[in-house]
Amino acid sequence: MAQLFHPSTNTFSKVTIFGALFIIAGAAWTFLTIERSSYVTQARVVRQQPVPFSHRHHVSQLGIDCRYCHSSVEESSFAGIPSTKTCMTCHSQIHSTADMLEPVRESWRTGKSLEWIRVHDLPDFVYFNHSIHVKKGVACETCHGPIGKMALTWKEHSLNMEWCIDCHKDPAAFVRPRQFVFSTDWRPAIEQRILGERIVENYDINSLTNCSICHR
Amino acid sequence: MNEMKNNLLDQVRERMKSKQGQSYWRSLEELADTPEFQQLVQNEFPDSPMPWDTSVDRRGFLKFMGASLALAGLGACTRQPTERIIPYVTPPEVMIPGEPLYFATAHTFGGFATGVIVESHMGRPTKIEGNPIHPASLGATDIFAQAAVLELYDPDRAQVVSRAGRISTWESFLAELNTALESQKSVSGAGIRILTETITSPTLANQLQSFLSLYPDAKWRQYEPVNRDQYKKGTELAFGEFLDIGYDFSRAEVILSLDADFLVDQPGSLKYTRDFSAKRKIDHDHSEMSRLYVVESTPTLTGTMADHRLSLAPSRFAAFVGVLAEELGVTRNLGLQLNYDSSQASAFKRGAMDSWIKAVAKDMNRHRGSSLITVGAQQAPEVQALVHAMNQALGNVGSTVTFTAPIEPNPVIQQDSLRELTDDMHAGKVELLVVLGGNPVFNAPVDLNFTQAMSEVKLRVHLSLEEDETSELCHWHIPRAHFLESWGDVRAYDGTASIVQPLIAPLYGGKSALEMVTTLLGQAGTSDYDVVRNYWQSQDTGGDFEKFWQQSVHDGVIAGTAAKPKTPKLKLSSQSLDLASSNAGGFEIIFRPDPTIWDGRFANNGWLQELPKPLTKLTWDNAVLISPATAERLSLKNQQVVELAYQGRTIEAPVWITPGHPDQSATVHFGYGRRRTGPVGSGAGFDAYALRTSGAPWSDSGLQIKPTTKTYALATTQLHSNMENRHLVRVATLEEYQAHPELIHEMGHEPADDLTFYPKFENPGYAWGMAIDLNACTGCGACTVACQSENNIAVVGKDQVSKGREMQWIRIDRYYEGSPEQPETHHQPVMCMHCENAPCEVVCPVAATTHSDEGLNEMIYNRCVGTRYCSNNCPYKVRRFNFFLYSDFETESLQLMRNPDVTVRSRGVMEKCTYCVQRINSARIDAKKEDRLIRDGEIVSACQQACPADAIVFGDINDPESRVSRMKAEHRNYGLLADVGTRPRTTYLAKIRNPNREIEQS
Repeated sequence: MAQLFHPSTNTFSKVTIFGALFIIAGAAWTFLTIERSSYVTQARVVRQQPVPFSHRHHVSQLGIDCRYCHSSVEESSFAGIPSTKTCMTCHSQIHSTADMLEPVRESWRTGKSLEWIRVHDLPDFVYFNHSIHVKKGVACETCHGPIGKMALTWKEHSLNMEWCIDCHKDPAAFVRPRQFVFSTDWRPAIEQRILGERIVENYDINSLTNCSICHR
Repeated sequence: MNEMKNNLLDQVRERMKSKQGQSYWRSLEELADTPEFQQLVQNEFPDSPMPWDTSVDRRGFLKFMGASLALAGLGACTRQPTERIIPYVTPPEVMIPGEPLYFATAHTFGGFATGVIVESHMGRPTKIEGNPIHPASLGATDIFAQAAVLELYDPDRAQVVSRAGRISTWESFLAELNTALESQKSVSGAGIRILTETITSPTLANQLQSFLSLYPDAKWRQYEPVNRDQYKKGTELAFGEFLDIGYDFSRAEVILSLDADFLVDQPGSLKYTRDFSAKRKIDHDHSEMSRLYVVESTPTLTGTMADHRLSLAPSRFAAFVGVLAEELGVTRNLGLQLNYDSSQASAFKRGAMDSWIKAVAKDMNRHRGSSLITVGAQQAPEVQALVHAMNQALGNVGSTVTFTAPIEPNPVIQQDSLRELTDDMHAGKVELLVVLGGNPVFNAPVDLNFTQAMSEVKLRVHLSLEEDETSELCHWHIPRAHFLESWGDVRAYDGTASIVQPLIAPLYGGKSALEMVTTLLGQAGTSDYDVVRNYWQSQDTGGDFEKFWQQSVHDGVIAGTAAKPKTPKLKLSSQSLDLASSNAGGFEIIFRPDPTIWDGRFANNGWLQELPKPLTKLTWDNAVLISPATAERLSLKNQQVVELAYQGRTIEAPVWITPGHPDQSATVHFGYGRRRTGPVGSGAGFDAYALRTSGAPWSDSGLQIKPTTKTYALATTQLHSNMENRHLVRVATLEEYQAHPELIHEMGHEPADDLTFYPKFENPGYAWGMAIDLNACTGCGACTVACQSENNIAVVGKDQVSKGREMQWIRIDRYYEGSPEQPETHHQPVMCMHCENAPCEVVCPVAATTHSDEGLNEMIYNRCVGTRYCSNNCPYKVRRFNFFLYSDFETESLQLMRNPDVTVRSRGVMEKCTYCVQRINSARIDAKKEDRLIRDGEIVSACQQACPADAIVFGDINDPESRVSRMKAEHRNYGLLADVGTRPRTTYLAKIRNPNREIEQS
């Protein structure tokens, strides 16, 4: 009886079995890369807003404190988005005729809210609280990136769970003294690890990694 | 079929004989241990799909699974949808976005107030809790107040003004109303009738009086099907005037309840429950407890708390009370001649009954001034009067029993009030009928023929939350503003007034009753706020009104408005009292409001429909309750349909055999059988109003029960999540317990701490735990509804309940002990025990259920893939699975209702009690922000908050001084199924009964 398979089939099947490892690994790598890419996470992607608001101008150039607009950041889970009235406290006087600000004036005239596009959007099953992070020395910049340099706002980090957990497991690598939480250009004077560990101890920071801390 | 039933009771008796010691059971089937019951136990999830027997081969199966997995994977690869943030234009002053606000207001039920604190998220009321400083709440709520949030957001509420079923406008209504009023001016309003429910609101009553002075011949009528007519008649007979009765259970050592469900259905029930349960707690500081005797017909929750319970058919009550009064010497001292059925009375004067009555009377006499006799709203005025005389003779008046002038500004005998109205309507004297709330077409006594009387009225206007049977027959229907949408005021059982303040603007432009009367007064457009404020401004509030107003609105209580106790003079002497009951033969019919949907007004409320009735554990239906012996005599079995014939009217209804029900009688709960309401309540159950007449609103003889061959499936939860024959409730008598406190622990085996293969669970820091006092728990179900509201728990419907898929995280197991005729009943709330060695955690393939450092058994919804292994492995059966998409993600009004701090679960996800982890986290953050530890009592779980009996305590068990630690240190403390080594964090305090030895021995 003739051979059913040509001898070269042996080599072919060996290569296939060996290659399958690479194919599976490759598929997994591709999947994870896509998952972490800014296409999926929208990290570092500027979102179109009704008014091209510049944090760089307001924060770095004018020196307005974060809490002037995000007023509930120390008290609430939600940092707060400024009301039209907050905008109008200045802009009824400054740039009061600028075309760019027409949506703000329209909102003020009609009483209809501005609708901002959410840049930092956690899934609905995640419960994040701004106030406690601020209290424990997690700076605005730590999560929101160099906000003082953003002419238009993007999110710096993926906000994936692994990114959250990095800090929750090792807060010493990220925390800073409370008085600098709202600073935009702070650099640790001594090594972050040494400073961070001191802060973790002083502020009684627990590395909370239980699921129900964020999911409930 | 009949033979089977007989067999069932025979089997019960057979097994009772052979049983030793205590045994608990939940249904007659369980007690008899029938093959059907065995099968039910085997089949943990009734009606689960059978094992796959279709012809899908292995290859096909793999293909489908592969494709499903791939699609699921692809489906997960989506980008988050874009969301918008919509800030205020001008922010409100007090609101911090993301943080809830709390406002005091009052829930009105049966005309009386329960003070509540309402949680509001960004302007949406989401959760109702009790107001600790309100005398009728003391921080607790009943099931109805808890469910009021769903009532507010019910998508089936009336949303538009309608005329004859067609959408119309408020302005056109005003036009037609004003024409009608104009024509009435000349006849002083002789053709105007206003029908309300029970009113205690001072402002509304004042407005109605103003209306009556404007139209002197107009009439204000009041009616609701569950009213306090008999109480009024009773005090009138005893004291010559209408009086309201209040009780002080904190002083009562010996209590006798005569058909009074005082823990549930009185305007002061929450306060009574708190006081009563405080007197029942045995701990380090308290070694004595009160004793409760209950004589009742339909088994009630109060009856289940009794140390001695006697079930009597309604016709035998009067004679019983007469004999008791004689025994207490009341009749002799007052020179009363009792005219009762001597054959019934002689039955009470011999044998066991005689010694029962004598022992009770002796106990009462031993506690003069600290005993208490309460009487039910359904008892005849003569019985009521006799009870007042007995309380007076025992020195209880002024101590445990207080009388006040009527809290209602216009107290009437509602039955008569409605009859006068219908007589006028039949006679064509009524030209304009304004029905402010209520649903008389559905719930008026059938002999008054209200429906036909309606057609004699020229213009009919109805104000109500939903379009119901009455709206259907009215020309105009005006949507009513919910109490969370309107200003008003209302009084509590003790007279304390509260301002009702709105939490949200009317969702559908509804009008309040106050606004309707203001409109009738010709002042349309005047706001309720002004009307209420002006009324209180006209009262003597002492000094600065603005300060008074701010304080009263803020507190939810107007200080110093409680009614002053009166010491009325007993007018009862040297006269004869007629206690004879007419007996038309046949069975006795007993009418009661439904325990969860009440008189029918909550029929469209899914939370209340699905809340198992406390004793029958039925959901979504009512049934005819009969005793096991009666069922045996008539050869009836559960769910068999019978025809009830009474006074020439008949209805058909399914039977439910109820242990502890008196023989030769049947209870029907009215409120079901709604013909016109939302889709939730329409068509559920049968209409018992069809038999209820004005002559016998509560009970009567002359009922015929005819079995039919039909059956009607009822959805009951009493056999779900069965724990088989283990001893789960532990009960001892006070004597036994005092003699040997370790008794409770000896009832079950608890393995040593180190008897485990797992490493010991180390838990420094906080360690959350819970203790539930079974001696306090009355089984009312407030915890279940509170949990449902707090944790966004879905309603599943009758069909799913009958498959054992109800979603409530707390179930209240009801156990019977003893004989089916006179069982003792125990309640045990069961939710996730947060085991330290949790069997669910080790079987989850995706680690969706894990253990936190603080001892919480966490359930992570977004990780759950729905294998249900955890539920399989849970010995307590407290895990709930979303078999379908039970949560309503579509309806907008329901989205507003949800607690934003808790995930709304989707299909295919397991869920269970979380110990209200959102409240723990919120308290932890608050404490950390203030650099301190969480204080004991700072975290109050939703169930603990609602509990009127203060039976549930949550806290840190690592803190030896916390309340929960101190409770767990009691000898009564035991873990449920602790013998399997789960080390549950929730433990129970055993139930202690305090029987009278003189009765026990006889």
